[in-house]
Amino acid sequence: MQGLGGFASLRFRKTRDRMVELLLLSAGLVAVFTTIAIVCILVYESSFFFRHVSIGEFLTGTMWTPLFADARYGIMPLVSGTLTTTMVALLVAIPVGTTIAIYLSEFATHRLRETVKPLLELLGAVPTVVYGYFALLMVTPLLQKLIPGLPGFNMLSAGLVIGLMIVPYVATVSEDAMRAVPRYMREGSYAMGATRLQTALRVVVPGAFSGIAAAYILGISRAVGETMVVAIAAGMQPQLTFDPTEPAATITAYIVQVSLGDLPHDSIGYQSIFAAGLVLMLMTLVFNVIGFFLTRRFREAY
Amino acid sequence: MAAVAQMTIEELRAGLGWRKQLDKLFVMVGLLVMIACLAILAILFLDLVRDGASRFGWDFLTSFPSRKAERAGILSAAVGTTMIMFVTALVALPVGVAAAIYLEEYAPKNWFTGIIEINVTNLAGVPSIVYGLLALGLFVYQFGLGQSVLSAGLTLALLILPIVIVATRESLRSVPKAIREAAYGLGATRWEVTRDHVLPYSTGGILTGLILGLSRAIGETAPIITIGALSFIAFLPPSPVSGEFPFLNFEWLRSEFTAMPIQIFNWVSRPDQAFQANAAAAGAILLGMTLLMNALAIWIRYRFRKRINW
Repeated sequence: MQGLGGFASLRFRKTRDRMVELLLLSAGLVAVFTTIAIVCILVYESSFFFRHVSIGEFLTGTMWTPLFADARYGIMPLVSGTLTTTMVALLVAIPVGTTIAIYLSEFATHRLRETVKPLLELLGAVPTVVYGYFALLMVTPLLQKLIPGLPGFNMLSAGLVIGLMIVPYVATVSEDAMRAVPRYMREGSYAMGATRLQTALRVVVPGAFSGIAAAYILGISRAVGETMVVAIAAGMQPQLTFDPTEPAATITAYIVQVSLGDLPHDSIGYQSIFAAGLVLMLMTLVFNVIGFFLTRRFREAY
Repeated sequence: MAAVAQMTIEELRAGLGWRKQLDKLFVMVGLLVMIACLAILAILFLDLVRDGASRFGWDFLTSFPSRKAERAGILSAAVGTTMIMFVTALVALPVGVAAAIYLEEYAPKNWFTGIIEINVTNLAGVPSIVYGLLALGLFVYQFGLGQSVLSAGLTLALLILPIVIVATRESLRSVPKAIREAAYGLGATRWEVTRDHVLPYSTGGILTGLILGLSRAIGETAPIITIGALSFIAFLPPSPVSGEFPFLNFEWLRSEFTAMPIQIFNWVSRPDQAFQANAAAAGAILLGMTLLMNALAIWIRYRFRKRINW
């Protein structure tokens, strides 16, 4: 076969190349179509919902009881639950993640860094349903000893566990950003007599700020979209509250709750999950747009 | 500056000593925080094993779910998870690798390629439950695939597509230009260069990406709850191989299913303490599988890196 005559003709090979290119392109387009499909499905399915519920009531109402006889459709309680768990998660993940990032990037030896990073990433690889078990059956009992009267379902333990879960995202992405700060900037700082910590906090962190902001935004997106931990540990009762020691439902937990039930596909309760999903998408979008402008505003060019 | 000049040497020394102390303090805090995170991971795993210890055993693996906690097992969940992962891998691997090859080797730099790239990045940040809603609207209702193994597998394939694409692109990018140019110089077409030279060198990276993607998919609960996985399934989907012609059958793709994370979720949400031991045991198995897949990915990456010397 491998004699010169055995080779396929050049024209055949060129045609095959074109075909392959088209095939590869269509695979690339799957990503584009997925995005379009997500937007279309969410908008299309929630359009049925908005025929029954006005957008004004949906956005400003303070009661969310689609599954009760006296159904009310105000998304605010779900939004407050989502924001509260996210806040608690960030209060854990940002200080812990940033500290680890600074330590790994500026203080740790190469070997330690290469060993610890994959181990840390395991924290993000634990199935979220296992984290849910952890939050409900290990963290909550522990917290109940510290805070007497804490209900068995609460946003605090869910938020803390989500925080732990997103530590690796915050840490590894900000560490990458810090390591991209050129060495001469550190050396300039050392030459002025600054210690490592001073250099890290006043030269490296400001220099890497756009990357660190991107890491935080990634963490926020994960926390807002996290589902199973809140569904298991925070109790699925929509409540307009920002107090983390109370039970509440998030947007994601509500979607799970309805999916588990046996509502018919054409009921308003069922269609409400698409409206809730739309709000969730918009929330992540808003955070990402903020992140985009933050990173652009603070981008340092070297 | 003037203030510095007026500092006495003693003041400077004292300040320096203090700053050095702070440095040491930070090193300790950093180490402590890191160790704490890893310790929590270890505690989590050990606690699951301890809580579920009473349930480990052959019976647990080979029993269907049951109303009685001590008789319940994970057979249908484990089989469901295996089938879903099979579909996911079969879809995500070719589509992800092809998309990555297009973006890395073929795509011209223009606005259109830019749109595809932005989409891939964005999809990586879409909450997993939104994929569930997409699948519910699209696969289950529009395409009429129902609440089946196929729907679940396709959903998770879309979910891990960005992971596979990003990993594949990275490993394609690490193949030196010289390899490609040498092949072009001998008259190979672009596809021949990619197929015969670039892809073989990137196998390690692609495999790593696929395994990491699957380890993410295996634990995903929310999207498959949304498309309607049942938690009480006391039968197995029809077997993919049969004794008679044509030997393969695809009925299992249309079958209803349950999966490991769904089963765990169901057991955790029951108030009965006995079921929590089941949840812990199944959770330990699922977590063990995830950790194993991650370790495998790290090992493959290490092996391939060592073997290739440019």
